[in-house]
Amino acid sequence: MLSISNLHVSVGDKPILKGLSLDVPAGEVHAVMGPNGAGKSTLGYALSGRPGYEATEGAVTWRGEDLLALEPAERAARGVFLSFQYPIEIPGVPALTFVRTALNAQKRARGEEEVSAPAFLKLVRAASQALKMDFDMLKRPLNVGFSGGEKKRMEILQMALLEPSLLILDETDSGLDIDALRIVADGVNALRSPERSMLVITHYQRLLDYIKPDRVHVMVAGRIVASGGPEMAHQLEAEGYDKYLPEAA
Amino acid sequence: MSALPILDLKDASSFPSRRTEAWKYSDLRKFLREAPQPSPSAAVPVAGGGPFEALGGEPMVFVNGRPVDASARVLCGEQTVRLRLISKAEGAGHAVHARISARAGAKLLVLETHEGEGAGYVAHNRLELDLAEGAEVTRLVLTDEPADAISVTQAAVRLARGARYRQTIVASGAKLQRLETEVSHPGHGAEVRLDGAYVLGDSRHADLTSVVDHLGRDGTTSQLTKGVVKDTARGVFQGKIIVERGADGTDARMGHHALILSERGEVDAKPELIIYADEVQCAHGNTVGNLDQAALFYMQQRGLPLDEARALLTGAFLMEVVDRIEPEGPREVVREWLTARL
Repeated sequence: MLSISNLHVSVGDKPILKGLSLDVPAGEVHAVMGPNGAGKSTLGYALSGRPGYEATEGAVTWRGEDLLALEPAERAARGVFLSFQYPIEIPGVPALTFVRTALNAQKRARGEEEVSAPAFLKLVRAASQALKMDFDMLKRPLNVGFSGGEKKRMEILQMALLEPSLLILDETDSGLDIDALRIVADGVNALRSPERSMLVITHYQRLLDYIKPDRVHVMVAGRIVASGGPEMAHQLEAEGYDKYLPEAA
Repeated sequence: MSALPILDLKDASSFPSRRTEAWKYSDLRKFLREAPQPSPSAAVPVAGGGPFEALGGEPMVFVNGRPVDASARVLCGEQTVRLRLISKAEGAGHAVHARISARAGAKLLVLETHEGEGAGYVAHNRLELDLAEGAEVTRLVLTDEPADAISVTQAAVRLARGARYRQTIVASGAKLQRLETEVSHPGHGAEVRLDGAYVLGDSRHADLTSVVDHLGRDGTTSQLTKGVVKDTARGVFQGKIIVERGADGTDARMGHHALILSERGEVDAKPELIIYADEVQCAHGNTVGNLDQAALFYMQQRGLPLDEARALLTGAFLMEVVDRIEPEGPREVVREWLTARL
């Protein structure tokens, strides 16, 4: 279970998260919805340990362990995976090399045996077929020259290969057409399991038609201001965030 | 006529200081005020075959400046020469003068290694390379010298028409390490590629300086140098391409790109294009920066520890230079050699 309590995060001197509390039990998918500037992406970065996103107050535990005390790579080895809204281009490093290096680094950190090159290739072939990805693309430098949709698929492919236990999806639907969205959502749904927790960060309800959440949280100005069942996503889509904004309160 | 002054280790007045324009960033006199004691002749035979041993070829070995066999070679056909400059001296100086001539149509691979086994030595290497018409020479240089050594290598390369010269220097620095290449380019279909890479840590210093003089029309020069400095290391790149009057149709490109990975690392770059002809295509690019922080975080998020992420990114940055090396055999030796030093 992921447990966030009274989390305050500043970027530079600017407070962005202002007392956010949220629990995601194992096996559940929770959506965090909110207007632009609510701090949704900051939440993803804070959970994954991006430098410059400083927790000034509060606590985050993942499976009972203090997440905030760990380096980003240590968090990854414990199963934390952030699917980036804008995946980064890594020039000169072929996608295949990158994912295998990452997987084996995680395995080393957990004291597990590393994956051999042939075994890894087999895994990748299966995973890339499921995502309808061209295998040759994976020989190219990671994300360099990839379209927006290809980059998102690449994120899901990495997710499938790294098998994380805490998945944070940051605006995974942005830049995807309907067909690509369905493929990506299928990829995510295939990873749903009783051991995994997922946090789906999104501005629109559209993605949640494909990845059905167990709970929906509304985030405004760095806090969760309301929580409810899956129906809440449709309500938000119909009514907007207005009634949750500070002026309306 | 040489554009770069030639050193004479026996004569301290020939040691340039930063007041000499071409030595502005590598102040030899600061480290070397007096002529060093001559290095003793070292015992031969030499153990091992050097970093390129597995590729075979004829060895051409100098130990403390003295040739084990010949100091000059005239070669034809397809051949590989392993030019090994070994310094075993401690606190003394020595000079090498080597000559390699490639006959018309020859195809040579010169695998040059600077192997520093001593300490605090001063090495001066002069290399003269002559390429006859249509000859093809590839020179690859790996340097592995102690942090307290001073070493200056001055290569003069003369091409005849239609010759092709390709060079890649991979430098790991020393107290002061300078590798000069001076190319006399006749144009008329002759091609030159001058590449370099440097990886420097601690307080090491490496200087890659080159002058290419385009004397005739329709010659090409392509230059790519990439470097990485850490700690308080200092990298110097000086590249000068001269296109003489009448050398129309010259195509010359120069790029130098460096990463500084520490607060106190330094890179000095001086790219120069001096053009007296009218119809030419010349371009140069120069960048100095740091690793992309967003990329570093992304890689860590996927599980790579910071050091590993850095090494992967810097390796990828430098390998662009290695990827240009032909043929594959030596390319992979250089790749491994460089990877081990990231």
